[in-house]
Amino acid sequence: MSIKEAEAQLSSAGTTTDAALKSATLLQIEGLCIEGQSEERWHRIVKGIGLTLRRGEVLGLIGESGAGKSTIGLAAMGYARPGCRITAGRVVFNGRDLLQLGESDLRRLWGSKIAYVAQSAAASFNPAHRLIDQCVEAVVGHQLTAEDNAKRNAVDLFRRLRLPAPDQFGLRYPHQVSGGQLQRAMTAMAMACRPDLIIFDEPTTALDVTTQIEVLAAIKDIVRQFDTAAIYISHDLAVVAQMADRVMVLRYGELVEEAPTRVMLSNPQMPYTKSLWAVRSLRKEEEAGEKILLDVSGVDASYGTFKVLHDVNVKLPRGRTVAVVGESGSGKSTLARVITGLLPPSSGSIRFDGKKLPARLKERDKDLLRRIQMIYQMPDTALNPRRRIRDILGRPLKHHLGLTGAARQRRLLELMRMIELDERFLDRLPSELSGGQKQRICIARALAINPELIICDEVTSALDQLVAEEILKLLLRLQKELNVSYLYITHDLATVKAIADEIVVMHQGRVVESGPKSQVLTPPHHAYTELLLSSVPEMDPDWLDAILAKRQGAELGASPSG
Amino acid sequence: MSLSAEELETLGREGAPLPLAETSSATPALTSRRGVLQTVWRALKTAPLTAWFGLIVILAYAFVAIFAPLIAPFGESAVVGNQYEPWGGKFIFGTDQLGRDMLSRLIYGARNTIGIAVLTTGLSFTIGGVLGLFAAIVGGWTDQLLSRAIDMLMAIPQLIFALMLLSIFGSSVPNLIVIIAVLDSTRVFRLTRAVAMNVVVLDFVEAAHLQGEKLGWIMSREVLPNILPPLVAEFGLRFCFVFLTISALSFLGLGIQPPTADWGSMVRENATLIAYGDVTPLLPAGCIALLTIAVNFVVDWFLHKTSGLRDEH
Repeated sequence: MSIKEAEAQLSSAGTTTDAALKSATLLQIEGLCIEGQSEERWHRIVKGIGLTLRRGEVLGLIGESGAGKSTIGLAAMGYARPGCRITAGRVVFNGRDLLQLGESDLRRLWGSKIAYVAQSAAASFNPAHRLIDQCVEAVVGHQLTAEDNAKRNAVDLFRRLRLPAPDQFGLRYPHQVSGGQLQRAMTAMAMACRPDLIIFDEPTTALDVTTQIEVLAAIKDIVRQFDTAAIYISHDLAVVAQMADRVMVLRYGELVEEAPTRVMLSNPQMPYTKSLWAVRSLRKEEEAGEKILLDVSGVDASYGTFKVLHDVNVKLPRGRTVAVVGESGSGKSTLARVITGLLPPSSGSIRFDGKKLPARLKERDKDLLRRIQMIYQMPDTALNPRRRIRDILGRPLKHHLGLTGAARQRRLLELMRMIELDERFLDRLPSELSGGQKQRICIARALAINPELIICDEVTSALDQLVAEEILKLLLRLQKELNVSYLYITHDLATVKAIADEIVVMHQGRVVESGPKSQVLTPPHHAYTELLLSSVPEMDPDWLDAILAKRQGAELGASPSG
Repeated sequence: MSLSAEELETLGREGAPLPLAETSSATPALTSRRGVLQTVWRALKTAPLTAWFGLIVILAYAFVAIFAPLIAPFGESAVVGNQYEPWGGKFIFGTDQLGRDMLSRLIYGARNTIGIAVLTTGLSFTIGGVLGLFAAIVGGWTDQLLSRAIDMLMAIPQLIFALMLLSIFGSSVPNLIVIIAVLDSTRVFRLTRAVAMNVVVLDFVEAAHLQGEKLGWIMSREVLPNILPPLVAEFGLRFCFVFLTISALSFLGLGIQPPTADWGSMVRENATLIAYGDVTPLLPAGCIALLTIAVNFVVDWFLHKTSGLRDEH
C-alpha cells in the first residue's frame, strides 16, 4: 500500500514537467579549485574541475586515492573539509551558487535537497541511537513532515532496500546489524527527504563481494525508483560501470577523460584510462608444486567457546602460492593466526618442512620464527609510526641474522632495490610514505631475513587498483627470484586469478572446495564458490542486472509457490 | 606505463613533496640521520610565544636551583636580621619570622622544591610506566593481579595514606620522595595501561611478537614511543600535584623539615603577614604558580606538535 502511495505522490509531482525536468541541469560546477593544508603550506588538490549533472542522472567519479574524488563530492554540497578551502569556481545547484550561501542556508539544503552516503556506515551512525530515529532525524529536523509519517516512510524505504523484517529493522541499534545492512540503512537515511542529489562516497568499498552486490542492487534500484541524481565515487571501475550513466576519470585533481559509461568502457581514449582498464588482466600461469612446505591437517580452533575453524586442511607446496578465499567471518584470518602460533589449535596438526610445528609462539625457536613471516592488510598499523624505516627494516636483520654496521647497510640497500624504492626512504617515518610504499616496506620487512613462507593477509585490499597491481607484480617477481611460498588470504577473486597456483575456498570456518586454480575456477563449482565467483563485478554495464535476473530466476525456479 | 609505480604514488599524494625528502636526499645515506640539535632547533623556531616563555622560565628556575649558593646573598638558614624586616635595603624581600633573608630562602627553595618534585615525579613515572606497560602487553592474570593491587592502593585517600607511611618510616627527604612517588605511580599506572592497551592491539606489535622480540624491546621500542604524548602531558600535571602534596605535608609538619627552605612551608611560616596586608607570603606561592604555568605551556606545545604528527596518517 504505502509503496503505491509514495509512487503516486512521486508521479503526481513529476507529471507536469516530467520531460522538462529530466533534461534540466541540476548541478553545475565550473572551474572548481580546492586547496588543502599540510605541513603548514597550501597545496592544490583540485585543479579547475567542471561538471554538469542533469536530473535523474548518475555520474561516476573514478580515480586513485589522492585524485580528489571525495573532495569534489563534498564540494558539490558546498562543503570543504577542515584543512581544505575552496579557492575558485562556482557550484550551482538548482540555480543557486552554493559557495555564496551562508552556513544556515546550506544547512537547510543539506539532508533535504542534497544527501551524502559515506564510505564507512559503521563510523557514521551514532551507536547510542536506534536506526530509525537516526533515519528520520533529518526529515523531522527540516520540518518536512511529522515524525510518525517519517517513520512510516523510513520503513517503506527499508522495504524497498530489501532489508530483512523492515517493520522491526529500525528498532535495532547499529551494532546489531551487518555492515551491508548498515550501508543500506544509511542509503535509506539519505533518501528519507527525497533529495534531488545524493553523493555516494565509496559506499561498498568496505564490504565483501557477496554483500557488495546486494547493496549495489539496492542503491541502483532506489535511485531509479525516485529518479534521483547521484554522484557515485569509487576507485572500482566495475562497480561504477554498474551504477553510472556517465563516467569521469580523475587524476591529481584534474579531469583525465569524461564519457558515457558504455563509450568509456568500450573505447577509452587516454593512456591513463587504458592503464586502469588493464589492471584486471593480470594473470599468473598456474604451476604445480612437488614438495609440500606447509601441511595443515584437520585443524580446529576456537576463540573461547566459539569454534571458528572446523577440520581445516591446507597443503602449500614450496615456491608456490595458495590463495585462501572467503568472505569476512569465514575464518581465513584465524587460519593465519593458527599457523603463526598466535592462536594454538584445539586439535589437528601443522607440519612445516616435514617437522611438526609447535602450537604456541613461545615454543618455537628463533630460526622457526625467521622462516615464517607475515604481511598485514593495513600497512598503516603494521608499521610503528614512531620508528624510521631504517630501524624497522634493520631490526630483524640484527635480531635474526646478527648483521650490523656496513653489512647491515648493504643488506638494507639491497632490500630497498628489491622492493623498488629509493634508498632515501630509509630515513623517513612511515607517515611520510604513501599506502603502497608502506606496503612495500612491510614486504621488505618480511623478506629481510630470507623466510620460506610468507602469509599475506589481504595485502592489497587497502590499496588502489593500480598500486595493488604493482604490489602483486612485486610479490610474483620475488617468488620467482627467491622461491618463497605464499599463503595468500583474500576475498577478492581478481587477485586470486592474478597470483594463485592453488585455491582454498572457506565458508563459515570450513574448507568447502580446494584444488589447483584452473580446477576451482572452472565449473562445476560448489554452491558457495559459485556465489563468490558470480558476485565479482565485471566491466560489463549490464552485468548487475543480468546477475540479479539470473538469481531471481533461480529463486523462483526453486520455490515456485513464493 | 612510462612512470614507475613509486613516482606515480609520490605524485598522486595530496601533500606534495615532503620537506624531509629534501634534507635526507642532500646528505649521504649513512650519515643522513638528522642531528638531534638540528631537529630541536627546527622545532623551536616554529614554537609559539607561550612555549618560548615556558622554556625560558624553566631554564631560569633550573639555573637558579643549580647555582643557588653562588647567587644567594645569604645562607639558607642563617639568621641575618630582625624578624619580618620590610622590603628594600640589605634584604630585597625583607626577612621571615626568624630573621632569615627571604630572597636567599626563595633561591634555596627552588633547589629543594624543584629537585624533590622532579625526583618524585620521575620515580613515580618509572614505577607506574613500567608496570602499566607490562600489564598492558602481558595481559591476562598478570594484568588482573597488578590492576587490583593498584586499585587497593588507590582506595585509601592519598594524603592520609602518605601521612601514615611517613609517621611509620619517619619523614626524611628520601622517604618523602619514595612514598609520594609510589602513591602517585598508581595514577600513572592506570593511564599508561589504558593508553598502551590501544597500541598493543595494533599489527606492528603483533609483528614484533612474531619476530620473537623480547618483552623489554616491545615495551620500550614499539609501545612506549607511541604513548609518549599523553604521558608527557600527565608528567606536567603530576609535577605540579607533587608540589602541592609536598606543601600540604609540610604544612602538617611531616614534609620537608625546617630549617630546609621549601616554598610550600615558606607560605605557611609567613602566613601571619597577610593579616597586615604584606604580600611577602605570596612570593613563594607565586614561584610555584609561575613554574606550574611554564611547565604546562611547554607540555601543551609538545602535545600540539606530537598530535599534529598523528593527524597526518
